Amino acid sequence: MRFGSLVARDLRRAWRGGGAAWPVAFFLLVACLFPFAVGPDAALLARIGGGVIWAAALLAALLPVERLVGPDIEAGVMDQFAVQAVPLPLVAFAKTVAHWLGFAPPLLLAAIVAAGLFDLPAATLWRVGIGLAIGTPGLAALAVATSALVAGLRGSGAVAGLVMLPLAIPLLIFGAGSLDGGAAALKLLAAVSLLLTAGAPWIAAAAIRIGMD
Amino acid sequence: MSALVFADVACIRSGRILFDGIDFSLGAGDAALVTGPNGVGKSSLVRLAAGLLRPAAGAVRRDGATALLGEAHALDPELSLARALAFWVGDRTPSALADVGLAGLGEVPVRVLSTGQRRRAGMARVIGGQAPIWLLDEPGNGLDEAGVMLLEAAVAAHRAAGGIVVVATHQPIALPDALPVRLG
Repeated sequence: MRFGSLVARDLRRAWRGGGAAWPVAFFLLVACLFPFAVGPDAALLARIGGGVIWAAALLAALLPVERLVGPDIEAGVMDQFAVQAVPLPLVAFAKTVAHWLGFAPPLLLAAIVAAGLFDLPAATLWRVGIGLAIGTPGLAALAVATSALVAGLRGSGAVAGLVMLPLAIPLLIFGAGSLDGGAAALKLLAAVSLLLTAGAPWIAAAAIRIGMD
Repeated sequence: MSALVFADVACIRSGRILFDGIDFSLGAGDAALVTGPNGVGKSSLVRLAAGLLRPAAGAVRRDGATALLGEAHALDPELSLARALAFWVGDRTPSALADVGLAGLGEVPVRVLSTGQRRRAGMARVIGGQAPIWLLDEPGNGLDEAGVMLLEAAVAAHRAAGGIVVVATHQPIALPDALPVRLG
């Protein structure tokens, strides 16, 4: 089983399930709600805009979490991988790559639109873009691990939010922190993202394996 | 040389002992026929053999690659049968489909296949997987007479080529000289 075919399969399934449209629409909707909530104060919106984009990105990454791992366990696909000695961490990493490809690039484009809504300065938009590019792999890995942990639970969507959002706080802190121009925050963001990307597939694989028993 | 060995294996599910003291050894060309009433642990025995469950006691040893025909067909329902199967067996898809009598249905989406056709498709993955150890859980479910005959022929050919087969079933399937494993 080649890694590329694992990624291609998950990408194809993500596209069939609505593709990039859902996370992007959700992301823009959340971004649109904030100006309504805090009022049309241009200076205030420009100040909080970057942080709002980060929070919206977090929620958008969480959106397809029920569809990432659960359906494959139910359909017996994970059993087949295990029997054929395909390493489950590799499967989880392939799901991370596919999830990232499915939501992060469209999100980066949508962030430009959201920046327009908040009238963000160009420098801030750049920092948001760089931060999202660094942080979204960590978000994708976290979403896959969460999906594996809550697979098979009733109301797994709600539980997934409770599991994932607290764990994503470091990404949010350093991501939003990098907006003030701190290179140190970007480095810490990269470190957290790398840790999640490298570690989460092992957690996902362990969760899938325990679920088989 | 491939082998499948159960050494004094016990299985506990949700605090209940399903079976214990299961002890057998299969070598090239051997087969085991697992029978017993519903709920006695036939599927659990197959999952133990596949390494998906851990035995509560004893040990399971598998030498050689393994193919599993489980309850779920594990084929993407939105794809055509040939593409869904090709994800698992690659170039061997056409010959595997021909072996189970589905050669004409390669372009049909998996979601519109009947129960028996899905069962045959699952069997095609086992055949196309080229693993020496076959673990078949209720392979006859939903199959018509012709399907059961194809299944028996495929199993016989696999054994003749030195393969190992474990069949768990509640319906009669001809498995000459198979080791009987009676549960319950």
